[in-house]
Amino acid sequence: MKKRILVAILVVAMVASLAVVFAGCDNAPKTFNPDGVFKIGAIYINSQNDNSGYTYAHHTAIKKAMANLYLDEDRLAIVDNVPEEDDAVNAAIDTLVGQGCDLIIGISFGYINAMNNKAKEYPNVLFTHATGYMSNDTNFNNYFGRIYQARYLAGIAAGLKSLEIKNNKIGYVSAYTTAYAETASGINAFAMGAIAANPDAKVYVKKLGSWGNETMEKSLAEALIQEGCGVISQHCDSAQPQIAAQNAEVFGCGYNSDMTAQAPDAHLTATVWHWDVYYQKAILTAMGGMENFMEKMGKDYYAGLKEGLVGVSPLSKNCAAGTDKAIEAVSKLILSGEWDVFSGVKLSVDAQGKITKTNADLKDCNGNVIVEAGGKSVDDSVIKSTMNYLIEGVIGDYDIKE
Amino acid sequence: MELFAMFIASVIVYGIPLLYGTVGEIITEKSGSLNLGVEGIMAVGAIIGYLVGSKADSMFVAMLFAFLAAAFMGLIFAVLTVTLKANQNVTGLTITTFGLGFYFFIGKAVGSDWKLLGGNLKEAYANIDIPLLSKIPYVGDMFFSHNIFVYLGIIIAIVVFIYLFKTKAGLKTRAIGENPAAADAAGINVNLYKYLNIIIGAGIMGLGGLAMGLKMDGSFEGSNCWINGYGWIAIALVIFAKWNPLIAIAGTFVFGFFNSLQVYSGSFATSYPNAFGWLASIPTEFYKALPFIITALVLIISSIRKKKVPDEPTAMGLNYYREDR
Repeated sequence: MKKRILVAILVVAMVASLAVVFAGCDNAPKTFNPDGVFKIGAIYINSQNDNSGYTYAHHTAIKKAMANLYLDEDRLAIVDNVPEEDDAVNAAIDTLVGQGCDLIIGISFGYINAMNNKAKEYPNVLFTHATGYMSNDTNFNNYFGRIYQARYLAGIAAGLKSLEIKNNKIGYVSAYTTAYAETASGINAFAMGAIAANPDAKVYVKKLGSWGNETMEKSLAEALIQEGCGVISQHCDSAQPQIAAQNAEVFGCGYNSDMTAQAPDAHLTATVWHWDVYYQKAILTAMGGMENFMEKMGKDYYAGLKEGLVGVSPLSKNCAAGTDKAIEAVSKLILSGEWDVFSGVKLSVDAQGKITKTNADLKDCNGNVIVEAGGKSVDDSVIKSTMNYLIEGVIGDYDIKE
Repeated sequence: MELFAMFIASVIVYGIPLLYGTVGEIITEKSGSLNLGVEGIMAVGAIIGYLVGSKADSMFVAMLFAFLAAAFMGLIFAVLTVTLKANQNVTGLTITTFGLGFYFFIGKAVGSDWKLLGGNLKEAYANIDIPLLSKIPYVGDMFFSHNIFVYLGIIIAIVVFIYLFKTKAGLKTRAIGENPAAADAAGINVNLYKYLNIIIGAGIMGLGGLAMGLKMDGSFEGSNCWINGYGWIAIALVIFAKWNPLIAIAGTFVFGFFNSLQVYSGSFATSYPNAFGWLASIPTEFYKALPFIITALVLIISSIRKKKVPDEPTAMGLNYYREDR
């Protein structure tokens, strides 16, 4: 009899516990930020412990933005070393959602499809993707910047230096050339800046064929210097092109970080991103809810010099006299919104900061007219990936006639 | 013409680390061990050699520690494969994974205190002009004005050739690589010779790694290793060189030629559009694949020729079990 009572009690206990379990996993959709603690998830292509490069730039920017908003570091969850493969990105997103993240940041272009799909799977989590082009109306946007505006300014520094050293050849080590609008626009803007300061300047481009390869970056820069280039610019991660310039006693413009430390006697100024500008705004608006985020940040966030998302690093002592004045004058013009780089108005700027505007066709290096004289800037050709040409004055070696 | 001289100089400077890796691997393989850890061993030699050398501000110390650190990696390989009879392929790959991990671990641990190439180390790395010969126009710039590692690498290759093919110790080493049981029966201490050759071979690879690190001005950037796949090319080059250090010298420059061609082909195309304009239409990726295509061709040709004595050491890659005799 006792046994039966015991069995009965056990059965009741089991049923009751099952009921509790089922009650726990109700299938009703969770709302945005259900626990009230706003958490950020980040997916990195390299390690969060890097001390330079792309991941480092984003990681420090996110941390800076969070510090500015007085958010504790434990509000940030990270999955790093995530390759650009859908499976890996899906797993990273699942992990971050599981940890209760409300805003998920993906920093690499190749995360695009996985993020797009997962945004549909988790409608109550916000997704934001760097350098991409996909988005939806409710919880997925992308962000990028008019880095070409900053490159134009760096080009002015290079052009003035080329005047000073009386060498019109400027070298440029680029990850890719016309295969990506990002690299093509960088080369074009830099060349236009250089030509604005020195009308005889020619920009010689060498293609790396990958986003990072230190050995090749150095040997390409050395080849450019040996061909006679006096200023070396770059669109690649490492400081090797600047170190090559330093060794050969020529000059250079870096990218991503101020490379004056690596090349103290060569570096002029670097084109840099201020990603924290975006992150701070994105986190703040996301904390105000999903609609607020999508409304304030937009589906395609595309900012530039004006918003402070891009810029040039402090000018070094190696810059030619008047570089500060020339750059300041042109930045003012860009900030005012009355002129932009890829337009039918050509600038020429001197060391006194005097700007002369002339209407002229913007032509590619094969002579095709891109923008007619006086025409409006084809600013959107960068995000729409239609900039697949190099402009007049650029001498590239590969796939130039593609 | 000047462009051409620069091109050849670049072929030599960027090719030379390959020679160290190749010669080190030749010694190892001649003693019957296939060490796939070249990439990792070079990385360890490079970072330890560079860090200790720049701290001590001496090229000699840098070279010594590059050699010793890499030799230690060789010792690990030898203990695992010779004494413990672990699979050589797996052990080699493990050494590569470990070596690269070690490289990044140490590099990131040093962090912002990192010093770029400078001081005595930089002076010792500068190009050395060989008297008289370096004065010959063009030829001097191409061949007789290089950094210390270029000359040292060629000397090491010649010394290793003499060791392997002209000395008794070399004969014993080759005997072990062909048939360890017979060598053992002839009274050769198989394990001792295997240990020594693996360790010295690894040490030579480490010097190549250091040459690579110095070429990069010792700038650690954390996303890319200084060695950059050269270790793998070196393994292919061993086959190309038919296990002969002298052919390896030539092979190094053939491989270096294609490596540099991807850098200079654009320069040739723009400077001489009529003669070399066609170079611009070849994609970069093709040059990257070329060394391996050539190696595959060499393998095919040598297997068609069916020599009586194959170039490849017969017992290479097989562990020697004394009890199985």
